[in-house]
Amino acid sequence: MSALIQNILIKVGQKKDRLLDILLSVQEAESFVSDENIKIIAGSLQLSEIDVRQCMSFYHFFSTKPSRHRIFLNDSVMANLMGGQKVKEAFEKVLNCKQGEINADGIGFYTTACIGMSDQEPAAMIDGVIFPSLTPERVRFVVEGINQGKSLSDLYYLPLGDGRNGGAALNTMVNSNIRKTGLLLDDYYKSGSALTIAIEKSELEVIGIVKTSGLRGRGGAGFPTGMKWEFCRSSEGAEKYIICNADEGEPGTFKDRVILTEKIEMLLEGMTIAAYAIGAREGIIYLRHEYQYMRQHIENALAVARTKKMLGNNILGKDGFDFDIRIQFGAGAYVCGEESSLIESMEGKRGEPRFKPPFPVQKGYHNKPTSVNNVETFCKVCRIIERGGEWYRRYGTKQSVGTKLLSISGDCPRPGVYEIEWGMTLYQMLEMVGATNTQAIQVGGPSGSLIGKTGFDRKICYSDISTGGSMMIFDQSRDLIKDVVLNFLEFFIDESCGSCLSCRACTQQIRNKLEKMIHGKGVSTDIEDLKKWAKFTLVSRCGLGQSAANPISTSIANFPHLYQAMVQKEKDYDTCFDLASAVADSCKVVNRVPNF
Amino acid sequence: MSKPLVATASLAGCFGCHMSLLDIDERILKLVELVDIGKSPVTDIKTFTQQYAVGIIEGGCCNSENVHNLQEFRKNCDILISLGECAIMGGLPAMRNGIPIEECLNEAYLEGPTVHLNTEKIFPNDDELPMLLDRVYPAHEIVKIDYFLPGCPPRADLIWDALVALLTGKELELPYEVVKYD
Ligand SMILES: Cc1cc2nc3c(=O)[nH]c(=O)nc-3n(C[C@H](O)[C@H](O)[C@H](O)COP(=O)(O)O)c2cc1C
Ligand code: SF4
Ligand code: SF4
Repeated sequence: MSALIQNILIKVGQKKDRLLDILLSVQEAESFVSDENIKIIAGSLQLSEIDVRQCMSFYHFFSTKPSRHRIFLNDSVMANLMGGQKVKEAFEKVLNCKQGEINADGIGFYTTACIGMSDQEPAAMIDGVIFPSLTPERVRFVVEGINQGKSLSDLYYLPLGDGRNGGAALNTMVNSNIRKTGLLLDDYYKSGSALTIAIEKSELEVIGIVKTSGLRGRGGAGFPTGMKWEFCRSSEGAEKYIICNADEGEPGTFKDRVILTEKIEMLLEGMTIAAYAIGAREGIIYLRHEYQYMRQHIENALAVARTKKMLGNNILGKDGFDFDIRIQFGAGAYVCGEESSLIESMEGKRGEPRFKPPFPVQKGYHNKPTSVNNVETFCKVCRIIERGGEWYRRYGTKQSVGTKLLSISGDCPRPGVYEIEWGMTLYQMLEMVGATNTQAIQVGGPSGSLIGKTGFDRKICYSDISTGGSMMIFDQSRDLIKDVVLNFLEFFIDESCGSCLSCRACTQQIRNKLEKMIHGKGVSTDIEDLKKWAKFTLVSRCGLGQSAANPISTSIANFPHLYQAMVQKEKDYDTCFDLASAVADSCKVVNRVPNF
Repeated sequence: MSKPLVATASLAGCFGCHMSLLDIDERILKLVELVDIGKSPVTDIKTFTQQYAVGIIEGGCCNSENVHNLQEFRKNCDILISLGECAIMGGLPAMRNGIPIEECLNEAYLEGPTVHLNTEKIFPNDDELPMLLDRVYPAHEIVKIDYFLPGCPPRADLIWDALVALLTGKELELPYEVVKYD
């Protein structure tokens, strides 16, 4: 066994469930995972080689080919809206290779799904370092610098980012772009204040306060947090886990990035309160690979919390309250934001969603009761414990209590993070961000809804139009079908784990049909087909498949005229079939002239 | 009133669907009371001479001849039915989809384990031969298909019930077992 792998195994543990970390560490050291190393890793974990390979192939960021540098350019809707195509061409030109290839100098160039920078697109990750707001000129500058052997931090073309981004631990050009603060993002939160209060109360009292507050999960599904904790606490088993879902994969969302950057202490404290409430000794932050630039920053915060006795044994002097947190990196897979696939991934496997029940609160990580909560949810808990459940209820509406962090991007002069009270209308939101001439808003990311003008008086709240935080604004100049809906469909096709036919195949059929319509071959029954097929996806196992057709169904419902415009009036059936091009290849191979 | 005319065709299929059609056994006598079978491999009638009521298609399209044939059916039949997996989804022949056509031809004519006589290593390329398509297409990707009867092959009962329903205008019952195939 090589010294490298030996050291890694010592560091992260020679266990199957740490396969992801082992692979990530090998890749970090050598830029790829060689066949040789796959064999060694498989052998030392008593796995078959194919087990290791099938795990690797599930995630975007593993490579079996060596490279000196790896560039991942975001090709999300937002990136393309902000000029991503030109940036991509610039990369291909200066690198002299196509997307998906490694060039002659050993630089790999790839595209990837939303990297959580929608407020500063087009953005790319180069060896894990974020390069936001790219232009063709900046691309040339950076690539030439790399070729000259300069270090990446010498190639920053922007000042360091605002807030804590400019600090030594983060040292990044990323901006937090906080535009509107509220009870979470306001400055008057003091680290430790909530935890001190919590441990003076009983565990059940803490859960009681969270229940009184009416807090619902901020990861998208909106499950009542107090209830989740109660279930988890009362589930059988002495060993329990708290997991912070920091996978933030929904395109257009970046508010968790900002919380992790600016309010990391609050997050750790919220997790610790949750641990106290449910009786967990171990917490894990599942951090998306794209946010690896935050590693040192979070490790620092963990170290500080330990020295302040807010993590470790006998926390804040409370006898027997032991809890600590580690970071688990993902390796690039949107579906891993789904809580059960997140757990699978944490156990070192492909992130394929589990069948439910049992729910994670019953059988989660290592089959032990586990509460998975969103980054924002944990932070809200801190404020609630500090000020009380009743106080929290004063914000928002009756059913949707408190505030919500929105990640707003697209055609508006002030993209960024806004903390609003639930109940704001979409009109008010557009006004707040200064958007004009708006054609549509994608509420809740690709898995949400595409809303047009007639829906702008709808309220942002659980009972009307709910959102995990992603808000993308499109003005009248945008082609909603080609630039938005089609891109979202491609996203789901790429990210489907493939377990369910309804998710794996229907999405492709829908995409193909839409492409056919875009190419001018649409007929009126195509629209009916799309509507019908969209329903099939609802039988899928997890939320990804269940919402994968939302871009289609909501755009057909809210923008029927765009679909009507793609329908040929004089035909009732049209396939894209063209005999001449279908026989061209075979005629060439057998060396004959096509005759019809 | 004259009986409705029915035509059938086997394109890129194995004739299994036609066999299943014959599996309706003695009901075939009833069938010929209901309809006239015209152009079909069963009757060996090769051309359309008038407009047909129903065309039944077995198999998808793997070459130019299949395409012409299918288009001919569409022109001459009021209703077209895709019968069986191959017509509906391409079926077994579509296993080649995704493999470059050159590789397929090499395997079939030059390098396959059962290729012994092609010592001159030539591909058949006479102008009389149909031209291979880049992939195998289900029938509805070439022309409009009105009804689909699933199965490989669809069971005789399903074919019978469907035809009777179509000809009598009654609704077809499709119990779960008939349309579930896994
Ligand atoms: C495909 C998919 C992706 C998801 N991605 C995330 C995510 O990135 N972050 C998140 O907090 N929740 C995500 N969720 C929701 C989680 O499954 C889970 O409901 C949530 O983390 C629970 O936290 P909460 O109760 O605080 O909302 C996703 C769900 C699905 C189906
Ligand atoms: S719905 Fe899609 S992502 Fe979810 S389990 Fe099924 S195939 Fe996988
Ligand atoms: S569907 Fe089955 S029985 Fe019918 S032609 Fe195809 S392979 Fe033969």
